Amino acid sequence: MSDTDFDVPKALSGTGSWLDDRFHGARGFRVFMRKVFPDHWSFMLGEIALWSFVILLLTGTFLSLFFVPSTNEVIYHGSYVKLDGIRMSEAYQSTLNITFDVRGGLLIRQIHHWAADLFMAALIIHMLRVFFTGAYRKPREVNWLIGIVLFSVGLLEGLFGYSLPDDQLSGAGLRIFEGVLQGIPIVGTYLAYFLFGGPFPGNDIVPRMYIIHVLLIPGLILALISAHLFIMVHQKHTQMPGKGNTEKNVRGQPFFPYFMAKGGAWFFFIFGALVLLSTFAQINPIWLYGPYTPVAISSASQPDFYMGILEGSLRMMPAWEWNFLGHTLSLSVLIPFAVPLTVILGGAAFWPFFEQWATGDKSWHNVNDRPRNAPIRTATGVAAITFYGVLWAEGANDVLADNLQIPLYTVTWIARVLIFVGPFVAFVVTRRICLGLQRKDRDELLHGYESGIIRQLPNGEFIEVHKPVNEEARAVIEAKKVPALMLPPGSEDENGVPAPGSRAMLGRAKTVANRAFAETIVVEADGHGNGHGDAHGDGHGLEGAGEEHAAVGSADPHAQLPSEDGSDEDPGSS
Amino acid sequence: MSDMEETEGTEGPVAPHRVIGTPPPSPRLLGSTAVAEQVVAGHEVAAAEAEGDEHIEGLPPDDPRVVVHGKRVERIVAACFIFAFIAGCGFIAAYVGLGVHTVDKTLRSNLALGLSLSLTLLPLGLGALLWVRHLMPDVEMVEERHEMRSDDKDRRAFDQYFRQGTANSQFVKRPLVRRTLMLGTLPLIAAPIVLLRDLGPQPGTSLRTTVWSPGRRLLVYGTNQPITPAQFSSPGSMITIVPEGYTEDADALTKAAVILIKFAPGQLQIPTRYNGGTLIGTMNWTVDNIVAYSKICTHVGCPVALYETTTHHILCPCHQSTFDAATGATVIFGPAPRPLPQLPMTVDSSGYLVARSDFTQPVGPSFWERG
Repeated sequence: MSDTDFDVPKALSGTGSWLDDRFHGARGFRVFMRKVFPDHWSFMLGEIALWSFVILLLTGTFLSLFFVPSTNEVIYHGSYVKLDGIRMSEAYQSTLNITFDVRGGLLIRQIHHWAADLFMAALIIHMLRVFFTGAYRKPREVNWLIGIVLFSVGLLEGLFGYSLPDDQLSGAGLRIFEGVLQGIPIVGTYLAYFLFGGPFPGNDIVPRMYIIHVLLIPGLILALISAHLFIMVHQKHTQMPGKGNTEKNVRGQPFFPYFMAKGGAWFFFIFGALVLLSTFAQINPIWLYGPYTPVAISSASQPDFYMGILEGSLRMMPAWEWNFLGHTLSLSVLIPFAVPLTVILGGAAFWPFFEQWATGDKSWHNVNDRPRNAPIRTATGVAAITFYGVLWAEGANDVLADNLQIPLYTVTWIARVLIFVGPFVAFVVTRRICLGLQRKDRDELLHGYESGIIRQLPNGEFIEVHKPVNEEARAVIEAKKVPALMLPPGSEDENGVPAPGSRAMLGRAKTVANRAFAETIVVEADGHGNGHGDAHGDGHGLEGAGEEHAAVGSADPHAQLPSEDGSDEDPGSS
Repeated sequence: MSDMEETEGTEGPVAPHRVIGTPPPSPRLLGSTAVAEQVVAGHEVAAAEAEGDEHIEGLPPDDPRVVVHGKRVERIVAACFIFAFIAGCGFIAAYVGLGVHTVDKTLRSNLALGLSLSLTLLPLGLGALLWVRHLMPDVEMVEERHEMRSDDKDRRAFDQYFRQGTANSQFVKRPLVRRTLMLGTLPLIAAPIVLLRDLGPQPGTSLRTTVWSPGRRLLVYGTNQPITPAQFSSPGSMITIVPEGYTEDADALTKAAVILIKFAPGQLQIPTRYNGGTLIGTMNWTVDNIVAYSKICTHVGCPVALYETTTHHILCPCHQSTFDAATGATVIFGPAPRPLPQLPMTVDSSGYLVARSDFTQPVGPSFWERG
């Protein structure tokens, strides 16, 4: 008698048969139920964003039942007596009503806001995980790009969302948004007038933002998330390096019931955590800010954290403006508006293709890299984090100045210097750390790990006993893959075949980039049993740039990969 | 059990570390023989999968991950779910029992609802997690990956069908049809953009002017009362001014809000400045050491609301542009590219402060047509 011999309720089996007769569903679901999902804590980060979005949809639907997207002016006589008799928009009044007159309204509002912040934070952390492990590489470039679009659209969704209540703080933010729009050359003034239906603030912006916020962008996000998930399932998830994990397999637990149950548990945890936050941590108390008036403002105004980078770049920028031929080019607005996000998001979108170009690596990658094994990528990522972080921190320069007792202008000047120096230093330091960690890996592989056991030798000398690393750790270390060194353009391989590529500037740049990407710490072949794979031996002909260069696939345990994969990986040798 | 042993070795699974004839594995604390279960499951799949592209690896019986205290975990999981049920009932009770409509009641309701809801959700999550980690057998599967690239046969077939279909459609052969089709759809592509035209009026010159006009009184923001120089006599203070007749008009105030600053005698030195041929700043526009500047920051339009009396610095709280009020609101620091425009001011026959004219230059943030 086996556990699987139980009676499926008639209602379930009957419905199932009925559906399968019509949709041929059993075949697809049979495969899907057995879909394997690799297990790693960092694979749950994207799920946080997914569940946050689900919670946003649920709470947002509730809020939309009570919110009035209108700037018609009313005199408030509601429950919040401190604002009694104050002139305000219906949008602000209805938000007060949600807060003070709808049971659970305050809670749902705060969950909605916290979930929005968590959504953006999870997107950022998920993207960092994908970047640092190289999970964006072929065949997953499209999903990487979808993620970047999701992040950009999420920024706008958040901005419009927290602007809807028409309170003093968000009104100031909206005014800044409008001021920035006006700064766009040629079309800026028209854009602002069309979006706002005339001069700021007008009566059109709240209903327009509302429909964009509750229909257009959520629809777009939903479509993009669906595509993202579909592609992920179709291509199968990447896995971390480990014993038995190859480019040709995926190891983990099946969707049904394991991943389903874990995902469900994760949803409840995230929802529960958001409710807990919303119970005890006040967020966006619009009743304290008061209704929007263009005349007033509160000091230390801050946008939500994900807009901090734009706020910081606006604060950091010197007053550059160029007047010519009766026109004004407002660089002190344009540069902060366009440059940082273009550098971060454009750079992120561009990176997978740049890396393919620089490494010549056109093969597919299903086993993730450890960040240390891709020093240039990791260093670039940390440089980008530094760039983002400086701008983000500068977005709160007044708060920093106040809390750290540093003059306000000094904070801004520090940021102005750091924005250029910081990423550079971060790049250099991170690269060194990565190579250092690779050296440590090599030492562990060759000489074992430090066991912590001290032994005295007969001659009186003390040594620390090193023990060989276990199989699992060895597999992780040996999973390192290093891009091949390409032949410089113009040179010939041993058969006299000239290397592809141009000798012009682009070709030289490619050679330089390729050298940088191929830099690695070599593990000597005789140091351990599982040395250089045969498929990659050719790479050694190109060495000569010192210990840290070349050595393709120094420890490739998957030498049994089909040859087309192998040759794809080092086209320079073919 | 015996079915399982018969099929062993014929298919992929390698799990059972048990030889026929040896005693069964000691009863697992999972409640039943977890190892055997997963093997059965694995075999059924293996048999069902004609392609055989996946198989399940069970864990050896001595693997520590399998050894769990099934009965105890089962009780803990059940306790979690019961706890969730009680807290969930508490949530409904809190909704029904606790009213709102005042700040205190709202806070109490928020606390009760939030606490009960989180105590419903978190135990559900915890229970599900314990369930999947400790009650379900720790099955591990390996699935093969297949190249995303379609094989050459499919690609060739696709190519062939595409060519055949295109040929049948005559799309290539009949350029007249093709081109007129494109021509016909062209206006449709432009139509949505054209339709957006009525979203708002053209800006025209509306950003260059405000509602200030000769003789319009300066009203104190908040009280909406006119003010005489004598009423605003203590040096070092700053107040916000709105134009008479537009005290509640947000569109007008966005451009017309003004700050009024009183100086001690001799401190105020506003240079006579021209922009092109237009006078944009002079001492003649001040009254009795009182000067009026636009409150709208020339950076992106925040109200410049902070004033430091000792240094005469006006600070925008949004991006920290700093202006020197004593010298015509010139920019000292920050991203604002221009001084705050000065409002020409005088007193009317009743002695109240009034505008001499509108600002002589556009207020607020830069725009392309500003020049």
